[in-house]
Parts: sequence; structure tokens; C-alpha cells
Amino acid sequence: MTSRTSDLSEAAPLTVLDVFVAVLRRDVLIACRRSSEFVNPLMFFVIIVVLFPLALGSDPVQLRAVAPGVIWVAALLAVVLSLETIFRGDFEDGSLEQLLLSPFPTSVLVLAKIAAHWLVSGLPLLIISPLLGILLNLPAHVLPVLMFSLLLGTPVLSLLGAIGVALTVGLRRGGVLMPLLLLPLYVPVLIFGTGVLHSAVSGMPVAAHFYAMAALLSLAIGLAPLASAAALRVSLG
Amino acid sequence: MHRIFSQWASPVHFYRLTGRMIPWLWAATLLLLAVGLFGGLVLAPPDYQQGEAYRIIFVHVPSAWMAMFVYMSMAVSAAISLIWRIKLADIWAKVSAPLGASFTALALLTGSLWGKPMWGTWWVWDARITSVVILLFLYIGYMALRAAIEDRRTASRASAILILVGVVNVPIIHYSVIWWNTLHQGPTITRLDAPAIHVSMLIPLLVMALAFMLYYLTVGLMRARSEVLDQERNSRWVTELVREEAR
Repeated sequence: MTSRTSDLSEAAPLTVLDVFVAVLRRDVLIACRRSSEFVNPLMFFVIIVVLFPLALGSDPVQLRAVAPGVIWVAALLAVVLSLETIFRGDFEDGSLEQLLLSPFPTSVLVLAKIAAHWLVSGLPLLIISPLLGILLNLPAHVLPVLMFSLLLGTPVLSLLGAIGVALTVGLRRGGVLMPLLLLPLYVPVLIFGTGVLHSAVSGMPVAAHFYAMAALLSLAIGLAPLASAAALRVSLG
Repeated sequence: MHRIFSQWASPVHFYRLTGRMIPWLWAATLLLLAVGLFGGLVLAPPDYQQGEAYRIIFVHVPSAWMAMFVYMSMAVSAAISLIWRIKLADIWAKVSAPLGASFTALALLTGSLWGKPMWGTWWVWDARITSVVILLFLYIGYMALRAAIEDRRTASRASAILILVGVVNVPIIHYSVIWWNTLHQGPTITRLDAPAIHVSMLIPLLVMALAFMLYYLTVGLMRARSEVLDQERNSRWVTELVREEAR
């Protein structure tokens, strides 16, 4: 970092995009070096899904009927568990304060951190989901729909989740509070995410659900970073 | 304008003024409750389909309205406290939360009591019921966040942000639940508002709604008064007040 700062005065001034990419890269790099941070939620996701056949019985027809709900509820819980990593580490070592002091808009920096969080915790869920779909006996043509629904839905979970973390980051025991704050807000994602799978399983068109999910995503991208930035300012005083 | 507002919103003035208002508010609340209950339980004729059991709507519908109204009033107060830093607005949001949660719980409870004789079941995953349940969770989340943060200023601002995030989400949640409901099952249940309501039932219903509103205002102000005293306990006017009371 220090070697580069001398070049900066001569080079073109930093744009918002540069800073966005820098924050994104830093967060992804940190997560990759502490791999348990993203492997644990992923394993949690898999284990929750595997528990259901054990609890409900192995009847394939029944499993197919509950699969959308099981996968989506497991994804919700896995994301809630992984959210702490968005701001917690940076809060503890003080870099979060530096982020707020930066001349660039906080909401953009927060969006970069959320994007990094999604890359390390939402994307793995999406990649492993076809496997879980097969375990729960979802037909093959539904698996791409499952992945696409997670692609549109999990970023919304990260975006809304960031608000929850930002509000509770200063608390010593914020962990129990987070699901309470966030799960009610996750209801629309759950409804459309499972709805699209139910439609796909019964051979009905899926486009309307996807439009609704895309609408939720664009709304969340627009508003959630602003709310998280405000919440961070409150939490850090 | 702002000066008048902040003068009125000063804790001393608020405390004195509401102290004089509360007996009158209680009188009006109790009067309207008595009129509404008499009109609803005695004067209004039994429903030709539902018999006497429909009379629970005189409690159920006003509490469901209040469940929504209190949340909106909290959102407005939260916005005011965030933008203009008016302490009383934050106090109003804080004291409203348990009241709103109680109205929501009462709406669910009375709805369930009505559902048993009408639908033959305590609980149906109807769109409206489900979104009211989620509203109850939003209230609980707000109170939990408020309770978790020790610093008063942080608590008030953080919970204000939460309630504003919630208020953006409430319509989204509501419509997504309606969508979910129509997708899963046809509307097999005739809703309460399907038949046009007769005026002999409408008037007591509106009186009850007004009584509930006044109840919210009265109890809210009483709770706000004690909250003001608690927050201002180190200031001179509170010490003087306590001394006067002791005399």
C-alpha cells in the first residue's frame, strides 16, 4: 500500500469505481485466507438440507414436494449465520472507521463489502445447490431454475442482512438478535424463491416470479446500501 | 415554525400539558368504549349468516386497524427523530411499540376466536392473517433491538433506521404474501368485508375504532410521560417536581 501512495499523486485521481473494486478485492482476499468463514455456512446449508429426509422419511414424492421450501429456508439460515463477517472483523480492528472517514460515498463502499460477502457466501450456496436438488429428488429441468432463483435471491439476503449487521455491529452479543430482525424481512424472497420452484416442478411458467425477484433485487441494491451506511454511522457514533 | 415546534416538544412543556390532558382523554376513551360496546353488543342486530358470533369484529377490526396505524405512527415519529433530532418523537416511537404489538396480538387472538365457529378452525394461512403475524415479528424485532442497545442515543437512532427499513418492507411483504396465498390455495374463505356492512353495525364499529385510537393516545401519552421523567431524571425541573409531590 505505502509504495503505491507515492505514485498516486501523479496518476489519475481515484474514481469511485477504483475504490469499489479495491474494497471488493480486499474483502474477498481476506475471506479466502480465512476459508472457514465461508466453508462453515456452506456446510451448515448442506447439513440442514440432509437433516430433512432423516426427519420426514425418504419418500421421493414427498421430498420433491418439500424440496423448494427446505432448500430456501436452509439458504436463509446459512446466510443469516454468515452475515457477521461483513462488518464484524473490520469493526474490531478499526478499519471500518477508516472506511467511514473516506471521502467516497459510504454507501458505495458498503455495497462493495456486500458484493464481496455475496461472492464468498451466496455464490457457494448457488454452486452446490444442484447437488442438494438431486438429493431431494428435484427433476433435472428444475435445477437450473433453482440456481437462477438463488442467483437473484441470495444477493437480496446479503443486502438486507448488511443493514441488520450494521445496526448490531457495536453490540457484544448481536448474534441472537440478527435472525429476529432479519427473517421477517426475508419473507418476500422466501415466497418468490420457493414459488418459482413450485411452478417449475409442476411445469408452469416461471417468468413472473423471476421478474418479481429481479424487482426485489434492484430495489434492494438501490436502497439497502444507503440504509446500511446510515446504520453504520449510528453504530460507530 | 421550528421554534414553536421545539418549544412544544420540550420535555417540561410536554409533561405539564399532557398531565392536564390525560384525565379528559381517559374520560373520552371510556365513554366511547362504553357507547361502542353497547351499540355493538346490544343494539346491533345479529348477523343473518353468522349469528351472534360476528360481534367479535367490534374488537377485532379496530385492533387490526390499530396494528397498522401504530406502526405507521412509529415510522413517522422515527423519521422526525432522525431528521430533526426531536427527543419526544423518539420517545413516542419507543412507547408505541409494545402498544402496537399488543394490538397486533389482540387482532390475531380475536381473529382466531372468530375463526373457530366460522371456519371450524383456529388458524388458517390466509394472506391477511399471515402478514399480520409478520407485522407482529417486526414489532418484536424492534423492541429486541431497542432493548439490546444500552446507549440511549444509539438505541434511538438505530431503532429508527430499523423501523424505516421495516416500513418500506411492509407493503412488499404484504403483496408477496397475497401472491403466495393465491398461488397455494384458492380463496375458499369468504372474507369479512365481502358483504356490505349495515349502518347499525358500521356506527358501533367506527365508535370502537375511535375509542381504540383514543386508548392508544392516552396510554401512549402516559407511557411517554414516565419515559420523559426517566430520561430527564437529572434535570432541575424533575427534581423540583419530585420535591413538590413530596410536600
